[in-house]
Amino acid sequence: MIRLERRPQPSRLWTAITPLLAVLLTMIVGGLMFALLGKPPLEAIRIIFWDPLFHPQFAAYSRPQLLVKAGPLILIAIGLSLGFRAGIWNIGAEGQYIMGAICGAGMGLAFYPTTNPLIFPAMVIAGALGGWAWAMIPAVLKVRFGTNEILVSLMLVYVAEALLASVSQKLLRNPEGMGFPGSRNFQQYPAAHNGELLPGTGMHWGVLAAFMAVIFAHVLLTRHIQGFNIRLTGEAPRAARFSGVSPARIIFLCLGFGGALAGAAGLFEVSGPAGQITIDFNSGYGFTAIIVAFLGRLNPIGILLAGLLMALTYIGGELAQLMLGLPGASIQLFQGMLLFFLLATDVFTNFRIRIGKTEVA
Amino acid sequence: MADTLLSLRGLTKAYPGVVANDDISFDIRVGEVHALLGENGAGKSTLVKMIYGLVKPDKGEMTLGGAPYVPAEPKAARASGVSMVFQHFSLFEALSVAENVALGMENPPKTRDLAKQIRDVSENYGLPLDPFRIVGTLSAGERQRVEIIRCLLQKPRLLIMDEPTSVLTPQEVEILFATLRKLSAEGTAILYISHKLEEIRALCDHATILRLGKKVATCTPADSTARELGELMVGSSFASPVARNHASGAVLLEVQNLTLPAPGAFGTPLRGISFSVKAGEVLGLGGVAGNGQDELLAALSGERLSDPGSVTLKGTDVSRAAPMARRDAGLLSAPEERLGHAAAPAMSLIENGLLTAARREGLVSGGFVNWAKARLFAEKVIKDFDVRTPSPGTAAGALSGGNLQKFVIGREILQRPDVLVVNQPTWGVDAAAAAAIRQSLLDLAAKGAAIIVISQDLDELMEVSDRFGALNEGRLSTIRPVAELNMEQIGLMMGGAHDMEVAHVA
Repeated sequence: MIRLERRPQPSRLWTAITPLLAVLLTMIVGGLMFALLGKPPLEAIRIIFWDPLFHPQFAAYSRPQLLVKAGPLILIAIGLSLGFRAGIWNIGAEGQYIMGAICGAGMGLAFYPTTNPLIFPAMVIAGALGGWAWAMIPAVLKVRFGTNEILVSLMLVYVAEALLASVSQKLLRNPEGMGFPGSRNFQQYPAAHNGELLPGTGMHWGVLAAFMAVIFAHVLLTRHIQGFNIRLTGEAPRAARFSGVSPARIIFLCLGFGGALAGAAGLFEVSGPAGQITIDFNSGYGFTAIIVAFLGRLNPIGILLAGLLMALTYIGGELAQLMLGLPGASIQLFQGMLLFFLLATDVFTNFRIRIGKTEVA
Repeated sequence: MADTLLSLRGLTKAYPGVVANDDISFDIRVGEVHALLGENGAGKSTLVKMIYGLVKPDKGEMTLGGAPYVPAEPKAARASGVSMVFQHFSLFEALSVAENVALGMENPPKTRDLAKQIRDVSENYGLPLDPFRIVGTLSAGERQRVEIIRCLLQKPRLLIMDEPTSVLTPQEVEILFATLRKLSAEGTAILYISHKLEEIRALCDHATILRLGKKVATCTPADSTARELGELMVGSSFASPVARNHASGAVLLEVQNLTLPAPGAFGTPLRGISFSVKAGEVLGLGGVAGNGQDELLAALSGERLSDPGSVTLKGTDVSRAAPMARRDAGLLSAPEERLGHAAAPAMSLIENGLLTAARREGLVSGGFVNWAKARLFAEKVIKDFDVRTPSPGTAAGALSGGNLQKFVIGREILQRPDVLVVNQPTWGVDAAAAAAIRQSLLDLAAKGAAIIVISQDLDELMEVSDRFGALNEGRLSTIRPVAELNMEQIGLMMGGAHDMEVAHVA
């Protein structure tokens, strides 16, 4: 008889090795899946994890993509992780990301074609505010009426998508775009363009912001009393209230921060790699960031690594589709496995296995 | 009457890292009330679990009525005539008494027959109970009767009772004792687990005392003083609290007509509570659990805000002030529920020190936590209050209940409060630690703090309080000096609208 026994304290060893173990198990089971699909498993794994960085032919293109893809994932996941730490489940980062993009791009396009260098900072602020305002809707409803932030924030994603479709066809449509939906392209608007800071690296302002967010969140959670209050609220809400932490304040803080970072990520994306507002400009970063946050175990440094890993599987996955003809769905499965195995191995952080006779205690 | 019913020989049970029971032998005779006495962690629970078939001994044997007795599971124990009333009831609130009793039976009779049996037993043993009442409407004392009757219907030869009086008013205790004496007179042996020494002296024929898993003595409690029993239990003499200094000073905390609706479906509303506490004074608030204790603490700690003017601290109205502001002003508190309310289980003791001491101890400057200082504070609490923990970095949830309680109380006392409110300060704490906690509360009062002790342990309240009041359904009785009170008056103060039926022992 095998049973799980709760550890008195979470195991530090297991906390450290479960992500590695999860990656390893994903490689094994994923490789098995690729083999069943009739593709060479080792090669597929190599293409996903190795080739994007070191392939002689493709790496020059795909290496910068790593930061381009990881940047928004990390930025959004950091914001989400603070809420998750406090037990506030903002599932609607995708919507906040879209609203940030719309507001930030709107700010830039309103002053087209200015050359004032302040336009880009103004767009960043407008983007962050847009995401913040969108996140305030579930926050206010939760504090005022006790609604469930999971449902409200998630449903607001679809509202945001509808708004995105509307503005890309009407309000923000490129007047010189010959009637095609979509805004002006920021690549032809130098003052507002979020270009590469160092050529060939993929580094843009959004990636820099993501790194800064990692440092900020790390300091907040480990050194600052508000970070302590956030963790306390998540660990023991009653103890937090006893301590004097106002639940409403934590809700506003966490949802607001998450929304602002997601909004800023949207702006960085629309003014940089994406280039313009289009109907399908959003690509699911807001949802993938939830996985990244948990893969990084809600720890800022962990999220940094998880974001890079997730970006790698995206780029590698595309490469594998291209080179081996793997079906796209199998890549998604592969990414899903990563989260699945992480959650599965995570059990051992808090529990240990006992093999032997059961004993009623 | 001198026949041995249950005989234990060399029972031993080890868990990883601890020997819970080490070579325990004693006899329980037919019809005797046998006390099992010991501190928390002395091994009482493990021992009765072995007798009741919940745990298998590593070594040793038991005989019941002369025959070898090896219960594989509680069902086998019940079939052999051993029943147990647990400290925590396992009843379905939405079902009636009879339905609850039927659920525990192998082959329940028809409800009507069962109801008749329940009535018979309840009349026979002086345990008034209506078989068709819904359990959710019963008081704790009445619920316990359901459990007892459930056992009695099986006509046990040995009835095990685990701390049965912890939830009862003094009157209910009397009813229970009358029942137990009658059972014993009819030949049912009772194994009575408790750490309330006076009770054991009043009720039990013999007592076996356990300490750290070993049997220390079997004695006749009526021939020993409570102090002797207590010292056997603890293994060393412990200091009784020093007599208090009655000179009290100015009023520090004044509560005026404090009224609050119930928080949620299971809470109790507070109804017009008024009292005041002076410097140097200890006010004891008794009452059966669930009569507004938690709610009163929340209203005083600032977790719930009350109408302006209802809570006044040193002349300043703090009824609308948040917990932090009240702490700044000198009003500190320690809730009953240690895990999840007074402390966050998954967080370290250092972090749990920060939980209430952040501002008063200057552990935070400019919003940033000074972890070195926080560690020093936690270490000081651990040292001054003898908290047994591997390190201050250990998670609060990994500590034993008593040690965490010492930490929680110590954390507040070391912040030098002007007014301290504690709820169940020694709940689940062993006798020596409880004495230490009570002493530290009295010391704090002697230094001029006003203290409110909310507790269900009357002995404790009598020991530490200058004045006593009781909570009942969210109302507070008149507050009277402890010196003028006797147990009966206290019972009436606590009882209020509670079930006050007197036993009619047939």
